[in-house]
Amino acid sequence: MSDKKDFGFETKMLHAGHIPDAVTGSRAVPIYQTTSYVFDSPDKAAQLFELKQYGNIYTRINNPTTAVFEERMAALENGTGALATASGMAAQFTTLMTLLRPGDEVVASSHLYGGTYTQLEHTMKQLHVKVHFVEPTDIKNWEAAITPKTKALYGETIGNPKGSILDIENVAALAASHSIPLIIDSTFASPYLCRPLDHGANIVVHSATKFIGGHGSSIGGVIVADGKFDFTNYPSIADPTASYHNLKFFETFGEYGFLMKARTVTLRDTGACISPFNSFLLIQGLETLSLRMDRHVKNALAVATFLKEHPQVAWVNYAGLPDSPFHDLAKKYVPRGPGAVFSFGLKKGSGDVRAKGKKFIESLDLFSHLANIGDARSLVIHPASTTHQQLSNAELEKAGVGPELIRLSVGLETIEDLLWDLDNALQQSSL
Amino acid sequence: MGLRQRLTTEQSLDRTLSAEEKTLFKHAKKIQAILKGAKTVAMVGLSNKSERPSNFVASYLLSEGYQVIPVNPRATEILGQKSYPDLKSIPVPIDVVDVFRAPAACDAIIEEVIEVGAKAVWLQLGVINRNAANAALDAGLTVVMDACLKIEHGRYNGSLHLVGMNTGIISARRAKIGF
Repeated sequence: MSDKKDFGFETKMLHAGHIPDAVTGSRAVPIYQTTSYVFDSPDKAAQLFELKQYGNIYTRINNPTTAVFEERMAALENGTGALATASGMAAQFTTLMTLLRPGDEVVASSHLYGGTYTQLEHTMKQLHVKVHFVEPTDIKNWEAAITPKTKALYGETIGNPKGSILDIENVAALAASHSIPLIIDSTFASPYLCRPLDHGANIVVHSATKFIGGHGSSIGGVIVADGKFDFTNYPSIADPTASYHNLKFFETFGEYGFLMKARTVTLRDTGACISPFNSFLLIQGLETLSLRMDRHVKNALAVATFLKEHPQVAWVNYAGLPDSPFHDLAKKYVPRGPGAVFSFGLKKGSGDVRAKGKKFIESLDLFSHLANIGDARSLVIHPASTTHQQLSNAELEKAGVGPELIRLSVGLETIEDLLWDLDNALQQSSL
Repeated sequence: MGLRQRLTTEQSLDRTLSAEEKTLFKHAKKIQAILKGAKTVAMVGLSNKSERPSNFVASYLLSEGYQVIPVNPRATEILGQKSYPDLKSIPVPIDVVDVFRAPAACDAIIEEVIEVGAKAVWLQLGVINRNAANAALDAGLTVVMDACLKIEHGRYNGSLHLVGMNTGIISARRAKIGF
């Protein structure tokens, strides 16, 4: 084995975390579809259960196929390690359950995925954790919301639905000055477009379901930690853990402490583990990540530019457009392009714009109408007639998703075909 | 983190070694040669408390087939192994001395390491004493500093990978059976 070298992103995409095994030499990553692993001896088993030996115990805790996905993600995000979970929602929940205790508080950006908002606002409340939501573009809002009980800051690299870009370094500096870890959901960017740990974030979470898997086939999530955060004053990580003979995770595992606790306590006890088969499919996705993301952002910019000029379109929220208020931040944090998910507004004519949105969706041939993003295929949703259909127009405006808003996830199809489809549907919807 | 805690943490957050020093004291081939070649490991500052990081490392090394020799004047036996008050009292040849002590104590320890003729000395993560390390190098010893024996063993035998950690190893060559 050669001395360690700093390999490039694409090399890590294909190789990190997988060395062809000694017995079979299998070049592809094998799918270890097993629940459990035969122990060498009772003594070795005891070592594993006491965490004195790293090894396979039970697929709810770890699995050799999943380990390849985890190490590959850690390598791509420049982290110290990673933990895969059943979904992106499980990744953020596992992170918060590992860090927080009842009575703690979180300060979060208000530019969040709706599911994340619900988890933070409602499920966390049940666990006696208060989350303060702040308009993320002004650092003063973050600072004002921090109290002595604040134990985490939370934001998204690219926020929905405004296409806002978080000034990660600014928020990270504030977090560091208060000795609070910064958690970033980087699902919309993927590690190819942005690596938040390089900008000072401490923990990155992903819905791997999206661009990482890239083909809309598998639900999965992942947590990556930087290993640099000092958890001395975090009782959740530093204090003795009763279920492991009073083991102190931070003292014993240092830079691996948070992830080891997340795996061997939170994941063990909450059970939101990923299927090995899904890990395999997510690995397949990672192997072409850079190629797909380059095309995703190229197509997204072409679609955004086209829509911006279209007479039936009122506005386009894509940070890749030069007149976006987030264009400068996009150039800094996502220089290759701010992802492929964005919203635009149909021009409100004389009729009901909600009905117009519905007509637009019904007129599309190539864009798939569904509730997901990050598929290789182009996707579309009109919140006012689906996910948010119970809200009045006034309520929709208040939630930041007006009745004219259409969200796209631009895929890898031939760009002329996508523009043809959109143009056709825009014309149909305006009749 | 208190001083005592930081010094004994199996994996510390202290990343003060320069790139040049890392090449010298955390050289991958040197580390692999020690892990592969060593049979007897004298552990200076090994605790007899099972929840302590040094005890974790010793327990791991024992289960991986190394002969662990505790050096702790306050203990008679640790993990079933006879404990010695100092390196000089150990009656068998020592391949590597693993140090879990404060950096300030390392100058005297290294003198003793050289005196007993151990082949290698390994200062654990966060145990950084450049004078002591250089003295050992000058005496012809193999020296590793600011690294953990358990983590490095796990890095190269694949077990650290199994818990999702970033080993930094990239290779398309077929793995070998055993270490």
